Amino acid sequence: MNDGFVWFAIAFWLGGWAFNEWLVRQKFSNPALNRLAWFAVPVIFGAAIIIIWEGVVIAFNIPPILLPAPSDVWVRLINSLPILWADFRQTFLKAVLIGYAIGCGSGFLVAILIDRSPFLKNGLLPFGNFVSALPIVGIAPIMVMWFGFDWPSKAAVVVVATFFPMLVNTIQGLSASSSMERDLMRTYAATWSQTLIKLRLPAAWPFIFNALKINSTLALIGAIVAEFFGTPTVGMGFRISTEVGRANIDMVWAEIAVAALAGSAFYGVVALIQRVVTFWHPSVRSGRS
Amino acid sequence: MLRERVLPVATVVFAILAIWCVFVVVMNRQFVEDQARRAGQEITFGEIVSQAYTLERPVLPSPHQVAAELWSTTVKKKITSKRSLVYHAWITLSSTLLGFAIGSGFGIILAIAIVHNRTMERSMMPWIIASQTIPIIAIAPMLIVVLNAIGITGLLPKALISTYLSFFPVAVGMVSGLRSPDQLQLDLMRTYNANDRQILWKLRLPSAMPYLFTSLKIAIAISLVGAIIAELPTGAVAGLGARLLSGSYYGQTVQIWSALFMAAILASVLVAIVGLAQTAVLKRMGARP
Repeated sequence: MNDGFVWFAIAFWLGGWAFNEWLVRQKFSNPALNRLAWFAVPVIFGAAIIIIWEGVVIAFNIPPILLPAPSDVWVRLINSLPILWADFRQTFLKAVLIGYAIGCGSGFLVAILIDRSPFLKNGLLPFGNFVSALPIVGIAPIMVMWFGFDWPSKAAVVVVATFFPMLVNTIQGLSASSSMERDLMRTYAATWSQTLIKLRLPAAWPFIFNALKINSTLALIGAIVAEFFGTPTVGMGFRISTEVGRANIDMVWAEIAVAALAGSAFYGVVALIQRVVTFWHPSVRSGRS
Repeated sequence: MLRERVLPVATVVFAILAIWCVFVVVMNRQFVEDQARRAGQEITFGEIVSQAYTLERPVLPSPHQVAAELWSTTVKKKITSKRSLVYHAWITLSSTLLGFAIGSGFGIILAIAIVHNRTMERSMMPWIIASQTIPIIAIAPMLIVVLNAIGITGLLPKALISTYLSFFPVAVGMVSGLRSPDQLQLDLMRTYNANDRQILWKLRLPSAMPYLFTSLKIAIAISLVGAIIAELPTGAVAGLGARLLSGSYYGQTVQIWSALFMAAILASVLVAIVGLAQTAVLKRMGARP
């Protein structure tokens, strides 16, 4: 009897695939319809995965300890909104956002400061590149030891994780303007700060936003990992590790869904701001092809 | 070369060591003073300094303590010993490499499929990019529990975290690499009546090599992060992540720091190896150095 679900899932998947195949080959005369088709293709793909997941879980009677069905996760998500909100506030609104602001801000300021000294730049750039490749999340236990169990230690991990990508990218971006443009500014008798604000920072925006985007993911990862090393009894990382221990896998998936939503929204907001700020950049202008 | 690169980097490293040494006194001072007060002794500043550098469980270990711990746990211990850092590093390295191999292989195959099939591109690319904005390690503890429950234990569950993390940069880098031949070159191939497979082997893959290696460098660094994270929430007993966790439980600061340095050394060696492979392959392909 349960086989029906899996057949339905497979049928839905094949149908969705065929429909997508047809959809990508279409050229609608109506631009709105074209746009809709553009969005529909990945949505259908995602829906097919969820339906197959649901079908497989029901058809093969997979115990919820292994893999809960999406519908169970949804029910759990709706029923435990207060807990999820508390975790979200602890991890995202406190640790991630504050750490992100401090880390990116200080990286940016330090980059501008050392930009005037080629010696420091030559010394810090390889060092920053080196540190960005290191497993920074490993410093989490040290930060927990120094700043205690609450969110400041998580924010500290986020600060360290986001500082170096920001530093490296900003330094790179500040040297992105060509020497011709800089010479032009000199013929205008522009001061250092005028050149910085009117020429070099605008030229650096694409690099800076690149770092901001990378950091939006790094920040969330850093905060969640830091919670594995000890927290007060609230927080996304704390909830995930304890609910795994108590075999409440549907709660873990609900928490993951919240984390995914928060991460994507954070990334999306940064990308949106980038669109507004660097509207002139080729990657944005041709992005809507 | 010497004045432009070695000297600045050496200065920065030296400055960091100097700051570290100062902070050893600043951060450990409180602890030393408390100890002396409890023992009812007056303590001079000189004694504070000398004791700060030799504490058993310092807030911040001094550089020589970390170096001594690294030396005694790598060179002086047998590498099969449970207390040898080489043994723990090997555990982490093996799952890093396995995950990296699976992840990059899968990423390359997916990229080839995406370049050749518009439906796959349109339906999957948005999800691949979205998957990067979610904190993937949130899944790590659960994935390991689930795989344990169906009887897969040991190396593979840990490696799968690395796979998941390393697959993304390779897939995205490879897609842009395989697209990098310009229209002129593709048209030339078409005039030769080359089929898709010939275009792939003789044009697309060779021109994707620089992109591939850049992605591989990111992927192998992030694989190591994944392997370390995978050891955290599962109560692993061996590996660098397990060393970090047990050091955090028992307040063994020196152990945390030495594990951290080991991870950093490992990461830089791995990235350097990929870099060497890159130079060798590109030279073989006739790239100018």
